[in-house]
Amino acid sequence: MQKIYPNAEAALEGLLFDGMTIAAGGFGLCGIPERLIDAIQASGVKDLTIASNNAGIDNEGLGKLLRTRQVKKMISSYVGENKEFERQFLAKELEVEFCPQGTLAERMRAGGAGIPGFYTKTGVGTQVAEGKEVKQFDGEDYILERGIRADLSIVKGWKADESGNLLFRKTARNFNLPAATCGKTCIAEVEEIVPVGSLDPDCIHLPSIYVNRLILGAPYDKKIEFRTVREREAA
Amino acid sequence: MATVTETKGWTRNEMAARAAKELRDGFYVNLGIGIPTLVANHVPAGMTVTLQSENGMLGIGPFPYDDEVDPDLINAGKQTISQLPQTSYFDSAQSFAMIRGGHIDLAVLGGMEVSEKGDLANWMVPGKMIKGMGGAMDLVAGVKKIIVVMEHVSKDGSPKFIPECTLPLTGRNVIDMIITDLAVFQRPDHSSPFKLIELAPGVTREEVRQKTTAHYAE
Repeated sequence: MQKIYPNAEAALEGLLFDGMTIAAGGFGLCGIPERLIDAIQASGVKDLTIASNNAGIDNEGLGKLLRTRQVKKMISSYVGENKEFERQFLAKELEVEFCPQGTLAERMRAGGAGIPGFYTKTGVGTQVAEGKEVKQFDGEDYILERGIRADLSIVKGWKADESGNLLFRKTARNFNLPAATCGKTCIAEVEEIVPVGSLDPDCIHLPSIYVNRLILGAPYDKKIEFRTVREREAA
Repeated sequence: MATVTETKGWTRNEMAARAAKELRDGFYVNLGIGIPTLVANHVPAGMTVTLQSENGMLGIGPFPYDDEVDPDLINAGKQTISQLPQTSYFDSAQSFAMIRGGHIDLAVLGGMEVSEKGDLANWMVPGKMIKGMGGAMDLVAGVKKIIVVMEHVSKDGSPKFIPECTLPLTGRNVIDMIITDLAVFQRPDHSSPFKLIELAPGVTREEVRQKTTAHYAE
């Protein structure tokens, strides 16, 4: 079975529909599936619910889909650095479900692992707990959180082999791994595709079973939100 | 006549240095954005402290040199950083498993309000600021010890260590220590009241009392 598609548009064929739920990898602008986001924007699909830790920044990452008003609802933990998001949210044009970062990651992991819900201490006694079942374990309160099952997962990897085994690079792994597991279909875009047998089987980050479709997204012009450097000490 | 500059209280950097006194050899530590990030500059020489970044890294190195900047290597504040020889990378689910699972020894966070019962509010001002909680709710729920570093009063002069938080909570009964520009408050466990244990240079108990509405022991 051929998993490799010529481009993002081809890889998305037959998968998009209005009102669908998409799980997206990335943290800030680090490790975001930008080719797939561009192709989703171009497709015009709308009323999307997107589970993603962040919502991009103005006109970068998922910020592009916000600008074109294709997003109905975001499930996110942190949405700072995005003026258009703030405007749509305050104007009640955009629905937002704030979800603690670790709970969001676990909801994706659980969804992909066949676990429909789990109890966590995170958010107990806060807004996040409102309307959720509370259960005591060993004298402490926990709230019930639901696993996320998305119609589609879009993730960014570093290197893949032709079978879809994936490696991520440094902190660009972030939500890409749990997001990849929780979609009915997962499309991964990567910087390099190598022949099977080129990757060490002991070192695969995401086994190929989770990757349904694969595209080569290179070349990438990776954006940096806050470039911080130190001075080289004088010799 | 030269004007006398007021040197009372701690600067942001001195608050971070005070928080660093709570570090212990072998600690795994998560530092929040802002003043908490500065704590990394004050790790005592000879002490091994491993910094966790909740976007998926243990062993945060210093900011990179200009020619070493890597877009794939950032901290939770989205700043470029560097790795160390002992660094490991992992995904967000794994990262929060170690946070929620009680494997992190200490977290230092910023705060908008802390209540006398140890509640923390630091993620939202309704109708105004809507950034989101990020990993803060997970950190206060799972990390063994939580220190809040914040200015003692807000920009309009109103107390931030108060009887009951007015803003949406990040966590209920979760704070162990509060370090402000004026003083340090601590409690031994989550059923005890906070106690004033230290004053910043030039600050009196009376001034702290005037600028605090929370009840605390002295």
